[in-house]
Amino acid sequence: MRFVDEFRDAEKARALSAKITSLCEPGRHYKFMEVCGGHTHTIYKHGLEDYLPESITLVHGPGCPVCVIPMGRIDDAIHIARQPGVLMTSFGDMMRVPGSGGNFFDSNAEGTNIRMVYSPLDSLKIARQHPDLRVVFMAIGFETTTPSTAMTLLRAAAEGIENFSVFGNHVTIIPAIKAILDSPDLRLDGFIGPGHVSTVIGCRPYEFIARDYGKPVVVAGFEPLDILQSIYLLMLQLAEKRCEVENQYSRVVLWDGNLVALKVINEVMELRPYFEWRGLGFITHSAMAIRSEYAAFDAERIFEIPGLRVADPKACQCGEVLKGVLKPWECKVFGTACTPETPIGTCMVSPEGACAAYYNFGRFSRSRVREASRA
Amino acid sequence: MCLGIPGEVIEISEERPDLAKVSVSGVKRTINIGLLEADPPSPGEWVLIHVGFALSKIDEQEAAAALEFLESIGKAYEDEMAALLESRIE
Ligand code: SF4
Repeated sequence: MRFVDEFRDAEKARALSAKITSLCEPGRHYKFMEVCGGHTHTIYKHGLEDYLPESITLVHGPGCPVCVIPMGRIDDAIHIARQPGVLMTSFGDMMRVPGSGGNFFDSNAEGTNIRMVYSPLDSLKIARQHPDLRVVFMAIGFETTTPSTAMTLLRAAAEGIENFSVFGNHVTIIPAIKAILDSPDLRLDGFIGPGHVSTVIGCRPYEFIARDYGKPVVVAGFEPLDILQSIYLLMLQLAEKRCEVENQYSRVVLWDGNLVALKVINEVMELRPYFEWRGLGFITHSAMAIRSEYAAFDAERIFEIPGLRVADPKACQCGEVLKGVLKPWECKVFGTACTPETPIGTCMVSPEGACAAYYNFGRFSRSRVREASRA
Repeated sequence: MCLGIPGEVIEISEERPDLAKVSVSGVKRTINIGLLEADPPSPGEWVLIHVGFALSKIDEQEAAAALEFLESIGKAYEDEMAALLESRIE
């Protein structure tokens, strides 16, 4: 009966589910995208799709920063790590992301020194303690982690830590959403907006989605009821023929975001003209580069970066999964050649990736809901 | 890395007011609170922490709910806590 404890709000969820069902127009089908990988995780973990009427489909978006890193960037990171005296650091999630010649662990077996850290500040500390090493932090993440990298870089500059640099791979969520809106593959009825990214950027940047594309957006928290509540709010907007940005997660997300964080990002970084996203290709103004004022801390200027474009393995359909066109289990190698232990694609590596989330939880959700309703 | 972890602020460093000691599920670690300089937290208040930085203030009830959510997701949270245990921010 473990499952019942894990989701003890099942009663409230069923009540919300009834309200959602009552708003469905007969014969109409609804598709909502949850942009953030954390939401995908909750949806599979708690089997939320089973609480929704058949006419509502949830599609998973590109909001897992590990998943969207193209192979070529992993190869570039390993190339930097091979330079003399380099100690490369990154978040634990990055260690198993496959590059064309293996992942960071494979690379370490061949002599590189790539270590995982909890925070960019831990990386800076290593640089402080080892002035003889060139410590590089491979920075990744959406706007939730970008301010942390920017703050760390400012700290390094203030202390004059010359052996520290950042290999920047921060991506921005809005251009990815726009690319999906402009793609002909997918017709969406609305968005469940990311919770933590929005603590930084606030709700305003989503306004164009409602205004120019006529799709409602509800910024949502991470608990099962938050997500169901957000779907209810989206359905209510559609039923009332409204189209706006709403903030379901106002207990954490301020409408204007975190202004200090935005200022710090802007001080240290600027938009790249374009950046390659796994599966989505090159997207204009979709990632951050370090400003020339901080060139001394920019690994891309310090080291020669090959910057080769590496095509994804043939079997890999992460691109389709990231765009929400395919469900994880529709990928031909899902659960057979590609598992969390031996990932072929990135969506299987990060726990927030749709494939990993479905692999770990999704397959069990149906029986679980049945069990919970029996109790 | 994407998970926001709730922590209770224990004390603010005197010589470095951008650093605070927090307690996360009983584990005490130092984090950076510089991104909250517009409205700094005081001891006893709760913050949501991402990769060693407090990104937003939350109330105690939200902290409890966030923790419950994190514990429910299992491995991703265990990995994040294991990484935090190794962290020595200064
Ligand atoms: S199963 Fe593996 S290869 Fe297929 S989409 Fe998912 S992560 Fe990519």
